[in-house]
Amino acid sequence: MIKSGFFERNLKYLFPLPALLFVLLLMVFPVLYTLFVSFTEWTLTSGRPMKFVALDSYLKIMREPRFLDAVGRTFSFTVGAVVAEAVLGTTIALVLNREFKGKNALKFILLLPLVATPVAVGIVFNLFYDPTIGFLNYVLSVLGLPQSGWVTASSTVLPSLMLVDIWQWTPMIALIVLAGLAGLSNEPYESAKVDGASGAQTFFHVTLPMIMPTILTAIILRAVDALKTYDIIYAMTGGGPGYSSETLNILAYKYSFEYFNLGQASSILVFLFFLVLLFSLGVMKIRKKFEL
Amino acid sequence: MKRVLVMLLIASLSFALFAQGASEAPKAQQEIRVLLANHPYGELLKTKIPEFEAQSGIKVNFESLQESQLTQKLTTEFATGSSTVDVFMTRPLQEGLLFIKNGWYAPLDTYDFADYPSNSVDIGRKGNSAFIVPLITEWQVMYYRKDLFAQAGLKVPTNFTELEAAAKALTKDGVAGFGSRGKGAAAVTQLSSYIYNYGGLYLDKNVAVFDSPEALEAIRFYGRLLGTYGPQGVASMSWENLMPVFQTGKLAMWTDASVFYDQVVDQTKTAIPAANVGVAQLPKGPKGDSPFIVVSWGMGMSSKSKNPDAAMQFLSWATSKEMAVEAMLKNIPMARNSAWANADVRAKMHPGLIETQAHAAKNGYPYDRPFMSAVGQARDLIGEVIIESINTKGTSTKLPALAAEKAKAVNDLLKADGEYGGN
Repeated sequence: MIKSGFFERNLKYLFPLPALLFVLLLMVFPVLYTLFVSFTEWTLTSGRPMKFVALDSYLKIMREPRFLDAVGRTFSFTVGAVVAEAVLGTTIALVLNREFKGKNALKFILLLPLVATPVAVGIVFNLFYDPTIGFLNYVLSVLGLPQSGWVTASSTVLPSLMLVDIWQWTPMIALIVLAGLAGLSNEPYESAKVDGASGAQTFFHVTLPMIMPTILTAIILRAVDALKTYDIIYAMTGGGPGYSSETLNILAYKYSFEYFNLGQASSILVFLFFLVLLFSLGVMKIRKKFEL
Repeated sequence: MKRVLVMLLIASLSFALFAQGASEAPKAQQEIRVLLANHPYGELLKTKIPEFEAQSGIKVNFESLQESQLTQKLTTEFATGSSTVDVFMTRPLQEGLLFIKNGWYAPLDTYDFADYPSNSVDIGRKGNSAFIVPLITEWQVMYYRKDLFAQAGLKVPTNFTELEAAAKALTKDGVAGFGSRGKGAAAVTQLSSYIYNYGGLYLDKNVAVFDSPEALEAIRFYGRLLGTYGPQGVASMSWENLMPVFQTGKLAMWTDASVFYDQVVDQTKTAIPAANVGVAQLPKGPKGDSPFIVVSWGMGMSSKSKNPDAAMQFLSWATSKEMAVEAMLKNIPMARNSAWANADVRAKMHPGLIETQAHAAKNGYPYDRPFMSAVGQARDLIGEVIIESINTKGTSTKLPALAAEKAKAVNDLLKADGEYGGN
């Protein structure tokens, strides 16, 4: 009954096609448009129309000390936060991998930071961090320790922000690693036992190599997100004090919505895009090594 | 046949996705879209809009946004030519020039501006047309704790020397003697009056002059006061951080905009009785007594409005004399002259606000920031100088060079936007 024409044979591709095209357009268009704008000079404050300037926006932004600082800050924030999250998360996963009472309740509590809205988290942490009326300085003063400026001092702002990120995202790494641990087979452990390996030896030479691909996957996911962190920083400091917590995303936001310099803002974003891409490719290469 | 059907189906499916936005059936009822700010006046309007709808038969779709988000939304919509906004609240000093330059405001040639101070209308004027109806005025005041002053046996300071002495005397027992915004760009507006009182300016005839000796002296004084007597972390504090510090009783004096009085004494948020909170004018400086008094909010109409008549009708209603009086009775300081003359208002409004407004209206200066299109970037640049001053308690030896560098950067912005010099 059905004639095997081209359409009939390919119905399963044709029907989702409109939706697929639409989604592609929605994802690809903004990226391409940003790339296009990054080659132009387009400042709304001048009232002049968009002008093609090739790489001029990139050259201008490269000469801006704030940009170079932001690149460094984006890296130190990401590395600091993700390394701490990976170590803590793996430790927590190892603990949770044993059987003990209250394990499920603990897992549930661990999930809570993950589902909290970052902006709300930022506001609550700002209350904790407030140097005059905040909870943390109160605790420090009760303990007789010197008080800190937390997010209000340029020397402590970045670690304070990392702490929030660590609080929120360590559970994610813990859960991923825990899933990885659950999937490990028992045989290598048995042979390790037979060979008389100690607990530490078993961990470093059996467990760790076997879950390394999982940990690296978790690190990629986290690092890609951390490189792009925007909400917590914007809600808590807006990049301040001064520019001392300005990461690339915050800088791009300021260039677009406070300075209305859309050309240079786009060049910052394109730079960030390639940074994230290169980073992911790099970690993926390392991951391949462990899979062998 | 089947093939044709399938093709038709695909075509119609994909078409339906894109067609949605375009098909608007003609409606009998007029509709307008209004963007309001999260500001006491925006809140007041929201409660009154149903009355307007009943009177005029115009349906009003309104949205409320926080001020920077409002600017962001308007700019994005206008710049991409996709705007369906008809009427919106706008900040003349922050975005007026930018919006006028890009032709985003509709000229308000039929609006009657007779009831407004002329300099408040001039800010939103280009050529023969005015583009912004002034709504709210704001001037700098000093909030202070009457009880702490009484305990210390101090009088309210009337000049900067007394201000510093009072700040010193009141800084004790975990209470900071003096607070004002220290967070770079946000501090620019509050520092402005100090600069004027020292005889300086941000811009003089559209040239940046905040590196002049007078302005530098003011920046050093501001930095010394905040760095020495300010709350901890003041260099990253804006009004939203200072207010809770004042409300918890950890701050004795606080200079900021007049609009905050009602929030400061909101008894659900503070343990300090309203009777202990005083409102005084900013002490005078060695070379001046000119606190800023500015139009902080205005209302404008989009040049792209598809419904200009209904939009104008809404604008006239929202900025009417009656609405202004109603707002004044809620301690919202309005720009209309008649609202300040109203007897009910004068009887009910906080006397500190009435006195300080009269002083500012007579002596004040109508700008609290560099008035230019690239004001956002200019504020960040000036903010760097402010933070350096606060962090060094006003003693930094780098300050003159830093201010000169930033003034040059602001001049470069003015030049790039074709606004440098002249006027």
